[in-house]
Amino acid sequence: MKAAHSPLSSPDTRRNREQGLRIQQISFLTNGPYDLTLSPGQCLGVTGPSGIGKTQLLRAIADVIPHGGDCLLDARSCSSFAAPVWRKTVALVPAESFWWYDTVAPHFVVDLGQGKICEWLGRLGFPGDVGSWQVSRLSTGERQRLSLLRTLSLTPRVLLLDEPTSSLDQKMVRVVEEILAELCVKEGMMCLWVSHDREQLFRVGTRVFSLEQHGLVQELCS
Amino acid sequence: MNVISLSGWDLTLAAFLLVLLAVTSFRIKLGLEKRMLIAGLRMTVQLLLIGLVLKTLFASCSFVLVFLMSLVMLLVAGYEVWARQKRKLIGARGYLVSTGSMLISSFTVTFLALTVMVGVDPWYTPQYAIPLLGMLLGNTMNGVALASDRLTSEIYNQRSLVEQRLLLGQSWQEASGDIRRDCMRTGMIPIMNSMAAAGVVSLPGMMTGQILGGSSPLDAVKYQILIMFLIAVGTGFGVIAAIWLISRQLFDERQRLVLENLSSVK
Repeated sequence: MKAAHSPLSSPDTRRNREQGLRIQQISFLTNGPYDLTLSPGQCLGVTGPSGIGKTQLLRAIADVIPHGGDCLLDARSCSSFAAPVWRKTVALVPAESFWWYDTVAPHFVVDLGQGKICEWLGRLGFPGDVGSWQVSRLSTGERQRLSLLRTLSLTPRVLLLDEPTSSLDQKMVRVVEEILAELCVKEGMMCLWVSHDREQLFRVGTRVFSLEQHGLVQELCS
Repeated sequence: MNVISLSGWDLTLAAFLLVLLAVTSFRIKLGLEKRMLIAGLRMTVQLLLIGLVLKTLFASCSFVLVFLMSLVMLLVAGYEVWARQKRKLIGARGYLVSTGSMLISSFTVTFLALTVMVGVDPWYTPQYAIPLLGMLLGNTMNGVALASDRLTSEIYNQRSLVEQRLLLGQSWQEASGDIRRDCMRTGMIPIMNSMAAAGVVSLPGMMTGQILGGSSPLDAVKYQILIMFLIAVGTGFGVIAAIWLISRQLFDERQRLVLENLSSVK
């Protein structure tokens, strides 16, 4: 059940005094209600059959679709945050990314040549001039990696990941997992990681759940 | 210069030319002849009726009658703007938004023109108020309808991109900003083109009418300049109002995109 060797599962985090994210009776369309709890530094893996509503669950938590129930971050209700602030704090990386400027750099709120983002770009195989690259020429894998970094540049407290490595080779998958693990351990970031790849979920997740019909959440054992 | 009055025979001759076009359409299998004849007949009946209404209105100079006539014109213009959209805002709000935009674009500008620029006394004198309002409603309607139609279609087609921007913490104004600005430009460009081409490529209808009616060309031109400015201002503010009002309906209080407020396309 628990991947004790996973760096994401370390309880020794800077923010372990905080209460984390509590998903209370979240329901949408005909799905749910679901209950889940995330502690600081924790990564939960979520899987389940296609069409069960995994993506919609993430969209409901990010508050971009109408939903019942509530999400509490450090005991504060989602509705007490301004919507843009909530979405920067509890940030969703969708399975398919969208881009609206011609080049990469304007999509980021930080300078790509400095700080952590510069280091992550290097680790994910991008050269220093990636900011000037044309978006139309990016491959699916490049888009996926940049989309993740674009969201990480917002410094979210909770990261909602929808199949974040589906277009990456094994080497890049491991780098992404390492970067996220570091953020969880060092910064206390929380992750809700949705994937069909159970092996990966057991590798990265503190606990892994499967969504079932009628709001049932079943914990899986490795 | 006296106006040459047109006889029934003159109009019949013009109508005969339309019948000739309908016959040609039938011969070359365009399939437009029925629509063409019905549209011609409808236009004749509508204009004859409005001629009679205006005759009574001009004779009475009653504020109530002018107001009622203006109200009917506004409500029809609002409906036209709403009906021309492929994806409409559903329910009464769609019609109210369109009519509200037309109210801003035409009524306020016409009132300003009548009271400040033309300075006619009383300000609702039907000979001035009704044609001015008609010109403004007719011309601004196109811009407002064009911009509104584009906005609802673009927001629907680019819903994933708008949602992506919301997910990155942008406000609804930021997330839809590019689309909204693009739609405003679309609504305003026709009147910009008309202003640029007026007098060189085309002689605007109102000016032509005044000249044919016996006014001096310089007086006709002055009125035309006034009208063009008013149409541009009315279209501009009407488009801005329409885009703002429709956009507000497409995002809820949590700044979520609510496409359920748009009608589906069959």
